[in-house]
Amino acid sequence: MSTQATAQESRTEPGRARRRPDAAWVARNGVYLALVVLVLLNIVITPYFVSASNLRLQLIQAAPVVIVALGMSLVIGTKGIDLGVGSVMALSAAIMPLYIGYGTLPAILVGVAAGLVTGFVAGTLVSRLGLQPIVATLAIFVGGRGLANVIGGQIKNLSDPGLVRLGSGSTLGVPNTVLVAAVVFAVVWFVVRRTTFGRGVEAIGGNPRAAELAGLRRARILLIVYMVAGVLAAVAGVLAAARSQASDPRTLGLLMELNAIAAVVIGGTPLTGGKVRVVGTVAGALLMQLLVSTLVAQDVPDSVAQMIQAGVIVVAVWVQLGRKRS
Amino acid sequence: MTTTSPPPPATAEQPTTPALQADGVTKRFAGVTALSGVSFSVQPGSIHALVGENGAGKSTLIKVLTGVHRPDEGRLLHHGAETSFGRAADAQAAGISTVYQEVNLVPLLSVARNVFLGREPRTRLGLVDVRRMEREARQITRDLGVDVDVTGDLGRLGLGIQQMIALARAVSIDARVVIMDEPTSSLERREVDTLFTVARRLRDQGVAIVFVSHRLDELWQLCDAVTILRDGRVVHTGEMATLSRRELISHMLGRDIDDVAAHGATGFGDAPATAGATGAGSAGGASPAPAGALVGSGVGSTTSTPALSADPVLSVTGLDARAALHDVAFDVHQGEVLGLAGLLGSGRSETVKAVYGALATDGGEVRVGGRPVRRNSVRASLSAGVALLSEDRKAEGIVPELSVRDNIVLAVMDRVSTFGVISDRKVDALVDTFVRRLGIKVSSPRQLVSQLSGGNQQKVLIARWLCTEPRVFLLDEPTRGIDVGAKREVQGLIDELAARGLGVVLISSESDELVEGSDRVVVLRDGRVSARLDGDDVTSSRLLAALVGDPASDDAAGTDPEEGAR
Repeated sequence: MSTQATAQESRTEPGRARRRPDAAWVARNGVYLALVVLVLLNIVITPYFVSASNLRLQLIQAAPVVIVALGMSLVIGTKGIDLGVGSVMALSAAIMPLYIGYGTLPAILVGVAAGLVTGFVAGTLVSRLGLQPIVATLAIFVGGRGLANVIGGQIKNLSDPGLVRLGSGSTLGVPNTVLVAAVVFAVVWFVVRRTTFGRGVEAIGGNPRAAELAGLRRARILLIVYMVAGVLAAVAGVLAAARSQASDPRTLGLLMELNAIAAVVIGGTPLTGGKVRVVGTVAGALLMQLLVSTLVAQDVPDSVAQMIQAGVIVVAVWVQLGRKRS
Repeated sequence: MTTTSPPPPATAEQPTTPALQADGVTKRFAGVTALSGVSFSVQPGSIHALVGENGAGKSTLIKVLTGVHRPDEGRLLHHGAETSFGRAADAQAAGISTVYQEVNLVPLLSVARNVFLGREPRTRLGLVDVRRMEREARQITRDLGVDVDVTGDLGRLGLGIQQMIALARAVSIDARVVIMDEPTSSLERREVDTLFTVARRLRDQGVAIVFVSHRLDELWQLCDAVTILRDGRVVHTGEMATLSRRELISHMLGRDIDDVAAHGATGFGDAPATAGATGAGSAGGASPAPAGALVGSGVGSTTSTPALSADPVLSVTGLDARAALHDVAFDVHQGEVLGLAGLLGSGRSETVKAVYGALATDGGEVRVGGRPVRRNSVRASLSAGVALLSEDRKAEGIVPELSVRDNIVLAVMDRVSTFGVISDRKVDALVDTFVRRLGIKVSSPRQLVSQLSGGNQQKVLIARWLCTEPRVFLLDEPTRGIDVGAKREVQGLIDELAARGLGVVLISSESDELVEGSDRVVVLRDGRVSARLDGDDVTSSRLLAALVGDPASDDAAGTDPEEGAR
């Protein structure tokens, strides 16, 4: 590389490095550290933790959150937020029973298409009409679940053999839902790291004005991002319904938006946009999943568990702020 | 009365205690002195202009006066009594109102609600007494000569009327001091006139007004007294009427008044650095270019661009943008650097933004290489071969969270990718070329751009635009805020780019830089072309004369004959 000077020389603000030099490293890798610590802790205190069936269970339970959080990480990378994902899960699951008569694949496609449509609506509101993301997606949050209730009514049975295989089966020993999550992860990682679209997402999140002056199509990128988030939420909804062999529009995906946002933030993606951390997001989702199951295994009451989760989120954001300042 | 500066005489009244006075105020930010021993006072019943170029300290002084900042040294006197505003709210409570360029009222509430915001009259039940509120609001606006439906939403009114409502609010809270910070910069002529009428009415009621504007002509229309700041110090204070435009500008720019005056006499001799001014191909011109450092040294050194080809590479005609630009027109030829001069607020940046499609225009045409470019579209301008280096590196240039590498290729991502997948090989080739040729100092191209110095960030942005292989390069203050070494490199680069056949438009607040770097200069004033300098006329003194705007030098169209009339 043609480097003419050291990084030291080209620093802008001399006061920047004032904080402990390892603070930035901790902030960047804290989620992985925490995950390792939690795993080690569990190996010691939780009986049968290191069993194949338990690890499978953990991954299966984490899969929907991982998928939704990956979509969320793109939205947050543009300095946006998507509160609609939980309702979209419910909506896609509620639609599937209506079309299961046409076969497994058509039902799945219709379920996923529901996410595409809601994502299009949210994305249009944000990118064309200039609505704030929190408002636009709040509309999906409320309206989506309402629509799911209208369509689904009450709990519907979904004992289609194809769906059962998707939700509960395995391929080469790996649960199918986990496989789907892994594929989504690989695609999102590739898009963010290697494509012009990923670069566009980070650029409009980091400096929308500069991005537009550089000829990037801000509105189009935003629209696609919300559609991707909607589709991934719908995929998670399909998987959840397939696994439980039922669709319950009242409870499916409840609080999912918050879990997904937490996973993204804990994973190190700043809410201020401009950076998408894909691996961190997955680690964040796994960390939250493991934390909950650890607390359950230790017979911690739900209410206390929730407060501990809240504490973890606060600490994660605080560490991030430290990185910003340093 | 005032301690250091002579008190500006309050017009038509005997001198009284100043309504608001800063006495020897010094303010520093992180070691940088923004204000240094500034004394300033405004009399009741007087409109006092506060003038200065960017960074002169106007906004800091206003923030001190309104309690946003506390002075490090010096005193603040309010009707003769020493005060210190802990917070902005204290200043408001003391009767000091500020009207900003951006109206800070609530657009979705009615006009009457906005006038009385926070102090609504109540009924006995404690509810808002809407009828009384609207009656009084109607009275106040009518007194100010503003004809408006006070029950309608504020947001549906024009910006000018909204500012009038902000003034009405100031009246209704019985403000004794009103600070108007660039209230006219986004107003139309007619709106400005109404605003001035209202301001005069307030003055006649004994209100002290501080008026900040970059439109210098407005000052003589409206103001009674003037204080000029430069580099955080007061360089002049006195009556407005006795100050000539020439004196005002020479104070603002820190130029010797004789230098400004000398334009008629000399013309050529006093600016030896105008070597490149006579025609095209000013490659080796004034600014010393570090040997071999810059783009493609030696390659096709078109030493003598054959006398400017008849067809300009960029041709701008009749450019109009609401309140900002009026009928701006100019041509740029291949291999030519066209300087765009003007004081702050004259429409320089707006002009290049409009050409680039980043500022909405109402009319006009931009042609590149003879072909018209679709209006108001950045992408169309980019693909036509126009590039704009914005003056605001931070807000409109770098993407701080991205690497140097990603910042450089941001505008050409389509060219370094296949089906949307970025090719590292292509990116590296481009980035390496520009890092080497522009001498960008980085530890690695993957370093975050926000970690670079200002000069290196600027080079990254220049690289970004050169990647697009522009035919026309619009440079807005390319050397602002970068160190001397980088500055000379950038200046050398500009010459070199022109020598290689680009059409360059250069904006600079430094007249020397403009004179040395430009083949021709177009001078803007109030969004119009007020003068054109060509060939031997491109000298510092001629440029200053044109900026001052003496009628004699206004050889081009666009002076404002109607100004005084209204």
